[in-house]
Formats: sequence, structure tokens, C-alpha cells
Amino acid sequence: MIDWQSFTPISAFGGGMVIGLATALLLLVAGRIAGISGIVGGLIGLRKGDFAWRAAFVGGLLLAPWLWRWLGELPPVHIETGHALLALAGLVVGIGTRYGSGCTSGHGVCGLSRLSPRSMVATVLFMSMGMAVVYFIRHSLG
Amino acid sequence: MLIILVALFSGLVFGLGLILSGMTDPAKVLSFLDVTGSWDPSLMFVMLGAISIGFFAFRIAKQRGRTLLSTPIPLPGSRTIDLRLILGSLLFGVGWGLSGICPGPGLVLAASGEVGGVIFVVAMLLGMFIFDWLEKRRQAELNLHHRQQENIEKK
Repeated sequence: MIDWQSFTPISAFGGGMVIGLATALLLLVAGRIAGISGIVGGLIGLRKGDFAWRAAFVGGLLLAPWLWRWLGELPPVHIETGHALLALAGLVVGIGTRYGSGCTSGHGVCGLSRLSPRSMVATVLFMSMGMAVVYFIRHSLG
Repeated sequence: MLIILVALFSGLVFGLGLILSGMTDPAKVLSFLDVTGSWDPSLMFVMLGAISIGFFAFRIAKQRGRTLLSTPIPLPGSRTIDLRLILGSLLFGVGWGLSGICPGPGLVLAASGEVGGVIFVVAMLLGMFIFDWLEKRRQAELNLHHRQQENIEKK
């Protein structure tokens, strides 16, 4: 059943378009792909030569909530997961996105935009697995 | 220098888009993943919105092959669907389903001072570090193996 109370198609599509614009800008001016896990992963690998633009992109991302807060109020956030589980989740997201060469942005937005078969497979897999995990936690464990 | 400024601005706009889209609220993402419960399809609209622009951007990139500054655009060339892609994506899905957080929103949450976001990001960075360490070991072993093969062939 669709939860019409929570469903926000307009801000979702609009926010998506803004994400698309940021992606287009980075691609067409800087020649880089806006995949967050890849950009952050490259910072950890400390590959010489392309450290600066990665750090700048992440810096911009981190500035976003501050700019938003300066102009108004950040939308409310609900984190229901406990700290231990959050740590586990972060760990497997870190390992998984690096082995899988991408996350929601790299595969889900950029990869699907360029109709990459690898990204289609990756997106279907992480979405299905995410849905399976939520089903297990919410409806199977009770 | 220009690339660095563009990257900074792009990151900022990307983050603002994430906040506007509602995807920085893990509860909203979990609601999308909860297809059999009270389902919130918003995340699908975020992806459609992003792809509606990204599709044309990548088409232009492919046709031109160069950026507006005439520098080359290196696009991922791999087309093989291997075990690394499959298992990695499944593992990412596990973490995403547990928390409702993926790397982009995680960074925004951490920067806005959410304790849960900070925990997630620190663990994610550790995970990426572990990947790097394992990859370097694997590469070293491959090189060693390669050299041994060469030595055998020389003899």
C-alpha cells in the first residue's frame, strides 16, 4: 500500500533534478563521474594527482547542510537504527560499494543514465537486497 | 584549479539536492525499501529526476568525448558482470537495508551533526580502508605469482 501521507513526489523529483544538474556539471566541465563511494574511496587510496578535486567535491557535500541551515531549517531526520547496527551497516556499505564499484549515485544515477549493463545489474541487486533486509527486520522478525 | 572549484560547487549542489529530495532522512529511505509495508515511492522519483538530466549529460559526454574545457572524459569501460560486482552490490544492499543510509546521505548526515551519521561514516571509511588493504595484498600476490611464472619460463 502506498503511504500517501509520506509520499513527496514533487520535492523528490525536484531534488533528483538538482542532483542530476550537479552530476552534469561535474561530468561536462571537470570530466569526472559523481559517484560518491568512488570519490571517497579514491581519497582513502591516496592516489597521487587526483586528490584535490575529490577532496573539494566531498567538502562541498559536507558544506551543503550548513548552507541549508544558514538559509532556513534542515528537514527532520529520523534514525531508528541502533548504534551497533549503524556501525555494522556503515562497514558493509564501505566494503560493498568498493567491491561493487559504486553506490546509489555511481550505479543508480550515473550508470543508469548512461545505460550501463553493469550498473543496471548492480542497482537491481542492491535495491532487492535492501528490500529483503527491511522485509526480514520489519515483517519477519516481527 | 578550475576543476577543483567546479568539484566543490558540484558537491555542494549535489548535497543540497539530496536534502531537498528527502533522502537524507533514513526513515524515508527505509519506507521506500519497505515495499510490503506502508510504501513511500519517493526515492524512485529522486532517481527519475536525476536520470532525466543525467541521461542527456552522458549522451553529450559520449558524443563530444571531451569536456567543455576540451579535456578528455574517461568513462568506465568495463562491461563484464563479475562476482565482485554482484557480491559487492549485495553487501551494499545489506548495509543500506539495515540503516536506510547510503554514502552520499551518510556524509550529509554526519556533517549536519547527527551522531548516527557520524558512526555510519566512520565505519564506512573503515570498510573502504579494509577494501584497499585487501586489494593491495591481492595485487602484491598477483605480482609475485606473475614473477614466479616468468622465472619458470626463463629456466
